[in-house]
Amino acid sequence: MTEATSARASAHVVTGARTRRGRSYWLGIVWRIFVYLFTLVLGLMFMLPFFWSLSSAFKPVEDLYVFPPLWFPRHWQPQNFVQVFQLTPFAQWTWNSVKIAAFSVVGEVISAAAVAYGFSRYRFKGRNVLFVVLLSTMMIPIYVTIIPRFMLFRELKWLDTHLPLIVPSFLGGGAFNIFLLRQFFMTIPQDFDEAAYVDGASSWTIFWRIILPLSKPAISTVAIFSFLGSWQAFLAPLIYLNTKEKFTLPLGLTWFRQPLMDSSEPRDHLLMAASVMVTLPVIALFFAAQRYFISGIVMSGLKG
Amino acid sequence: MTAVAEPRRRRLFRTQLRENVLGYLWISPWLIGFLVFTLGPMIASFAYSFTKYRIIKAATWIGVRNYVYALTQDDLFWSSLGRTFYYVLIAVPLGLLGSLLLAMLLNQRVRGEAIFRTLFYLPSLTPTAAAAIIWVWLLHYRIGPVNHLLSLVGIQGPPWLGAERWAIPSIILIALWTGMGGGRMIIFLAGLQGVPIEFYEAAEIDGAGWWHKFRSITLPMISPTVFFNLVLGIIGALQVFDIAYITTKGGPGRASWFFGLHIFSHAFEFFDMGYACALSWLMFIVLLVFTLIQMRMSDRWVFYAGSA
Repeated sequence: MTEATSARASAHVVTGARTRRGRSYWLGIVWRIFVYLFTLVLGLMFMLPFFWSLSSAFKPVEDLYVFPPLWFPRHWQPQNFVQVFQLTPFAQWTWNSVKIAAFSVVGEVISAAAVAYGFSRYRFKGRNVLFVVLLSTMMIPIYVTIIPRFMLFRELKWLDTHLPLIVPSFLGGGAFNIFLLRQFFMTIPQDFDEAAYVDGASSWTIFWRIILPLSKPAISTVAIFSFLGSWQAFLAPLIYLNTKEKFTLPLGLTWFRQPLMDSSEPRDHLLMAASVMVTLPVIALFFAAQRYFISGIVMSGLKG
Repeated sequence: MTAVAEPRRRRLFRTQLRENVLGYLWISPWLIGFLVFTLGPMIASFAYSFTKYRIIKAATWIGVRNYVYALTQDDLFWSSLGRTFYYVLIAVPLGLLGSLLLAMLLNQRVRGEAIFRTLFYLPSLTPTAAAAIIWVWLLHYRIGPVNHLLSLVGIQGPPWLGAERWAIPSIILIALWTGMGGGRMIIFLAGLQGVPIEFYEAAEIDGAGWWHKFRSITLPMISPTVFFNLVLGIIGALQVFDIAYITTKGGPGRASWFFGLHIFSHAFEFFDMGYACALSWLMFIVLLVFTLIQMRMSDRWVFYAGSA
């Protein structure tokens, strides 16, 4: 409260007299209500697709083709979810996505941490140049590298396997991750390193026992972003994978959307159920680790 | 790390040799990855761009013919580039503005700020494939809820993804839904909250209204963040692919045939690798030009408040 209003308020208490609230006070209240309602409406608009897909996931297929559109299913049909598993290798796709994401996270975290350790703790010749090179790789369009990578993996006979999606994570863990971790490591005083060194610690020991334990927030952030990136990746799996059973979830979802040659039955209700299942894990992850999401994004944004 | 007055004891074990050996050892995963998966491929794609290479037969050198063809005879080259520019010019400013407005809204300290922040943020977590598929349904001309809601307010909804004029705007809409409340909004919110209150109070004492406060305090203080997101936003938007591939495959007709789709189709549908490499390098050049222009212009409007 500003001094003026608090003075008036205390005057009110002391004298018991009725004071007139200024016009700006009521205007302020109206404004706050307006802002609240506006935010509420926006929030609901943002949630509309989730609501729609969730409700449609439980609809029998006819309910989707009704006009005007139904907001709630007429009959609840949770079997849709089961049918998705029956009509597609959805379980296999899920396992693929989980496997690739797990490897990617581990690979990216470890290698990004190691590289960031090198960039932040050691003043080697060419360090600054290489760091600038690292940052500028974020500006290279993916098409410039992915076409030759495809040819490389073709030579290595890695096409239609998950290797092209996993191995690069272990070799350099993503420029942005390295950048983030390096900035974070630089906030850890070098005195720790030196004290440990005097006690006979090796470079590796300092990394493993001092730097890493102190960097849990930053590492959690990198892990989360790495998981998110891997889970919803589309172009790379699209290019490298051919066999349906090897698909990741986003790819499988897109495949599922193409109508089958033999069956002309509309499957959009199943498509909605599948989409819901693909999205649910990340949302669950968010609610479980919300703190790390927000603080991690903020840290990455402010340091950038 | 300052290099001015180093205590003598550091020299004893921090020899330059040790720094070099260990330094390169630790960054070796990235160095190897960079050489094998970034620099190597870049050199290769540059080399291939001067060849005719269709995988089944060996590559044959054709000089700049790929580039000449792209710039003069490939009618889809200029049109797809134009469509991509159209997308970038609308999606990026709208996205930035939207994130900023959402952040400012959240900054008003409404009740339940955390809940609203979550509501705005969740769409950005949706895997693009799932979001695209859901939106295809939402934007259905006759039975989609969006047009239904519009009709309730008396507006005749367009065919969205099925109409030539509306295909790209529809894709922009989907991109905005997934992008507006995401990490960018959170970063802007943190930036807004990081502006010292004293600045606003001082301005108020001088009688500044809300617009003046916004223009002279808020905007300059968050301009580095805006700039950073602008550069990254344009880089990402120039490469637009996922949503278009899943929703329209570049259609109807060629209405949403973005440059990324053009490259993809030549590389992985026609397997015309040489030409695709040339196209990708042309995109790289466009991107570099854009980035350089922005960096030049940034001196005029980006304000760095000492060490932030």
